[in-house]
Amino acid sequence: MTTNLARRIIPCLDVRDGQVVKGVQFRNHRVMGDIIELATRYSAEGADELVFYDITASPEGRSVDSDWVSRVAEVIDIPFCVAGGIRSVEDARKVLQRGADKISINTPAVQRPELIDELVMAFGSQCVVVGIDSVHHDGQWVTRQMTGIPDQMQQTGHKTLDWVTEVTRRGAGEIVLNCMGSDGTRAGFDIVQLQAARNLTSVPLIASGGAGSAGHFIEVFEQADVDGALAATVFHNNKVPIPALKQMLSAAGIGVRL
Amino acid sequence: MTLAIIDSGGANISSVMHALRRLGTEPVFTADAAIIRNADRVILPGVGAAGTAMARLRELELVACIRELRQPVLGICLGMQLLFERSEEEPDSQSGQSGSGVGCLGIIPGTLRKLEPAADVRVPHMGWNTTTAACQDPLLNGLPEHPWFYFVHSFAAPIGDGTLASCTHGEPFAAIVHKENFYGAQFHPERSARHGAKLLANFLELSCN
Repeated sequence: MTTNLARRIIPCLDVRDGQVVKGVQFRNHRVMGDIIELATRYSAEGADELVFYDITASPEGRSVDSDWVSRVAEVIDIPFCVAGGIRSVEDARKVLQRGADKISINTPAVQRPELIDELVMAFGSQCVVVGIDSVHHDGQWVTRQMTGIPDQMQQTGHKTLDWVTEVTRRGAGEIVLNCMGSDGTRAGFDIVQLQAARNLTSVPLIASGGAGSAGHFIEVFEQADVDGALAATVFHNNKVPIPALKQMLSAAGIGVRL
Repeated sequence: MTLAIIDSGGANISSVMHALRRLGTEPVFTADAAIIRNADRVILPGVGAAGTAMARLRELELVACIRELRQPVLGICLGMQLLFERSEEEPDSQSGQSGSGVGCLGIIPGTLRKLEPAADVRVPHMGWNTTTAACQDPLLNGLPEHPWFYFVHSFAAPIGDGTLASCTHGEPFAAIVHKENFYGAQFHPERSARHGAKLLANFLELSCN
């Protein structure tokens, strides 16, 4: 054994107006609960990390409202990442000073890729996560941006796998690959796309989109060798309780924190 | 009980403050040598580069102050690394040091080395990993045999006389260290759920000798 580093289970909390919401394929958001209540529950249940995604921040052209970041930092004792609307080193600094462990950028990185280098210089790779929203289009995977509001969603012109290589080269400390064809469908992670990304990058890769059952998590760790798996709905509605999921992963021989 | 957290210049300090507040203490975040000397407990946190942090401690004239402390001191992450003699980390332009590596506080013998990446060993070492105790110590009271802690680092301390617990990421390295009144944790106890909270509570309960 050369390392006992655990594979991570990461609930994602989409935040809008201070509440946790969830839609299917980025539309029709439903309120799922209070931020602090869900954050506390997941941390007590054994989640390894939390991601808070301010889904309205980027499309509305404002940065993340950071009051709730402080409230989250006060109550939870596991690492957490804040995403949504971080466009500059200063935006990132505010969120990190309030107690977030990492920041995740998506649309602003696509619009100005140098932002990745700037954030890495200022805070180190370990703080900088790049989120990629990817769809299957004309026989290839391409990235999309502005996914918080469907009418403003745009194709960005990057081939997903080229973009994975570029953000790795620019020093991203982690990549969350959100496969939008699978998002909210609960039909399983996009194993083929994640395998393709895995082969291109040695930075931690987090699978996102499509989790519907504990079996899907086993599958993605075994087949795509991802470092973590992110999901929202199946955790919010308790269809996949985290303690039971961890036990099943452990029984399947996947190293997780129990 | 008074608890001082040394302002060593890292941005991300609020999570340490919150973790200690959850344990019922109110820490003082300070660079004032008098407050640090008179505190019952001292925490040396640290995020970022060793050269930058040492330059800041020298600028604040805190190097001798820290070395002379007699109350329990806990270095966290980079703060633990600073307790050693040297780090092989490249000094940055602001550190005022030339040559290879960075001179640290020299309280615990040993030099920090960069973790070696391999196929299944990614660097930085980032995430949850287990430790194995090397001996008994009040700091480890009530922890399981292999507790889980949250790590984020690229440089690691050698295993030596002061190693209380080790972790393996490629090669084994010192995860928790102890010499006299000085303790250090390579991981972030403030972000390590119940095992991290237990370690911090043990630190607060150490006898002041």
